[in-house]
Amino acid sequence: MATPSDVIPFHSEVYVTGDKTLKDVNQDVSNPLENFPTKIWWVCFSFALFAIAIWAFTVTAVVVTGQGVLGLNQPNGWGTDITNFVFWVGIGHAGTLISAILFLFRQKWRTAINRSAEAMTIFAVITALTFPLLHTGRPWYACFWLLPYPNQRHLWVNFRSPLLWDVFAVSTYFTISLVFWFVGLIPDLASVRDRSKNSIRKFIYTILSLGWRGSNKNWSHYEMAYMILAGLSAPLVLSVHTIVSFDFAVSVIPGWHTTIFPPYFVAGAIFSGFAMVVTLLVIMREVFHFKNYITLEHLEKMNKVILATGMIVGYAYSCEFFIAWYSGSPFERFAFINRAFGPYWWAYWIMASCNVLVPQIFWFRAARRSIPTMFVVSLFVNVGMWFERYVIVVTSLHRDFLPSSWSYYAPTWYDWGWTFGSFGLFFALFLLFVRFLPTIAMAEVKGVLAQQKSHGSSHQEVSVHG
Amino acid sequence: MANLDDKKQLAGVIGYFEGEESLLHAMVQVRDAKYHYFDAFTPYPVHGMDAAQGLKRSPLPFVTFAAGLTGCSIGFLLQYWTSAVDWPINVGGKPLNSWPAFIPVIFECTILFAGLATVGAMFILNGLPNIRRKSFSPRLTQDRFAILIEAPIQSESEEKFKPFYEVEVSEFLKKAGAQDIKSVYTEGWF
Repeated sequence: MATPSDVIPFHSEVYVTGDKTLKDVNQDVSNPLENFPTKIWWVCFSFALFAIAIWAFTVTAVVVTGQGVLGLNQPNGWGTDITNFVFWVGIGHAGTLISAILFLFRQKWRTAINRSAEAMTIFAVITALTFPLLHTGRPWYACFWLLPYPNQRHLWVNFRSPLLWDVFAVSTYFTISLVFWFVGLIPDLASVRDRSKNSIRKFIYTILSLGWRGSNKNWSHYEMAYMILAGLSAPLVLSVHTIVSFDFAVSVIPGWHTTIFPPYFVAGAIFSGFAMVVTLLVIMREVFHFKNYITLEHLEKMNKVILATGMIVGYAYSCEFFIAWYSGSPFERFAFINRAFGPYWWAYWIMASCNVLVPQIFWFRAARRSIPTMFVVSLFVNVGMWFERYVIVVTSLHRDFLPSSWSYYAPTWYDWGWTFGSFGLFFALFLLFVRFLPTIAMAEVKGVLAQQKSHGSSHQEVSVHG
Repeated sequence: MANLDDKKQLAGVIGYFEGEESLLHAMVQVRDAKYHYFDAFTPYPVHGMDAAQGLKRSPLPFVTFAAGLTGCSIGFLLQYWTSAVDWPINVGGKPLNSWPAFIPVIFECTILFAGLATVGAMFILNGLPNIRRKSFSPRLTQDRFAILIEAPIQSESEEKFKPFYEVEVSEFLKKAGAQDIKSVYTEGWF
């Protein structure tokens, strides 16, 4: 005598709760873009605009007055510029992981969250790109220095420099992520077009959806293109943070020149990105009533990824210390003892406790399924991962090979201003996204829903026989 | 009224279905009846539809492969030519053609070319963008399914395909399980 729970096969997990029909999916997902924004949206957007104002003020000062307003000094030439760059690029990685790698592994639960995670990727990369551009000092000349093109000086960029690899990696990553995101949006934009009554909205979504009609001949090519893009994005995302880590690892600075950096950076990027996805989704499902689509199952799975990648990061932290001792290099050993017990001990221990200790609570199922707990943990992880980059950038630079030039790096108010402001830039873009575009991949959710229904009926059949 | 009807040219007959299973069954029948042009319209990609419709595998992977190879070669040649031919600079005593250092940029160029070419080819194969196209029914991108059997242009009708007669096709779709059948006329956008 099989009870129903015995009969449900492993692969027929329930992804959408609340007995939703295909029509409900359209209704629920399109709701935020067909109505005037709610009060909560306006409150959030005002905060974001306020942060952007601070960002604009700081950036203007950095551009008009110069880099001197920042805390940069000799030998600390990277400061919050590069800390924020690595932080934001890392945030973006979770989006590609969810949209591409989980797609290739046939993880159907990704359908509820992939759209917003991909949007997050794009906005995070835009935010990230502002930092190295401003770090050049004169961003309006940056394109002359960064890109190879025939010029009057007959000079070319140095292709042996990891900084240039970064230019190619991040710009390719941005382009492919944007295209991937847009291709995924096309069928949903067509859905919005077909149900819109307002003629201006209809016109805009007609253009955006490119004339998609859902013909199966089109779906056939579309699905192939989507799969190929996923297949291209998966190694791409791994390459991007690998190359970002090369910015450090290819140098000869103790604490940077380590072979563990590429996998360590990629794991850290996924870790911080998933934390940011949890932060955003917990808010989004509450504000837009997406609880039947972004369920506790989804959030629990993400918390498991946070736990796993947090432990990889923790392993990397300890492995670095082991190698510093095992290598027998006095410079390397000094760099790491100084990192944990030197002038920046506080930053190191914020990083270690936020990234390694705090996520351990996710060993408990109740914690993985508690919204307040996961929200707080995700914030801690975000803070911890920001400090990880701060620790890596600053602790290795402030004690260089020449003790007479050693100095302490302290961020100024301008550093904190553009750090804080960059969150405003990111959140403002995200809020505009939830206002104007379908935040859940409707066509994909419908496919999952149809499968869920057919499994449901076969399950009934089996129970009848049982 | 008769004059108006004369201007409109019959483009095909469309039959609407409420569920994907009935659509799949009907599609197999349409395929086996050997009509010249037919297509399904679904709000999401229906599993098994390509086989039911008798579609061949999309040729896109070949485009990806060719574009990837192109990107790979361009990535290498750009770096080789600029670093070793056009302006050879000794950087840290490395060889001019220091190819291991070129790998990251070669890889990124491969992905960039392959990805953009794949999407471009997908747009071309699907006839996108074409914003003058209209939906047959707004519910087709929501929760309804349809099969369209198109009328072949006179000069194109061939022996091996089943001839197209409006009434007969409507009957056929009805028998195949369509709940709602409509004739579609060209509007210059078809």
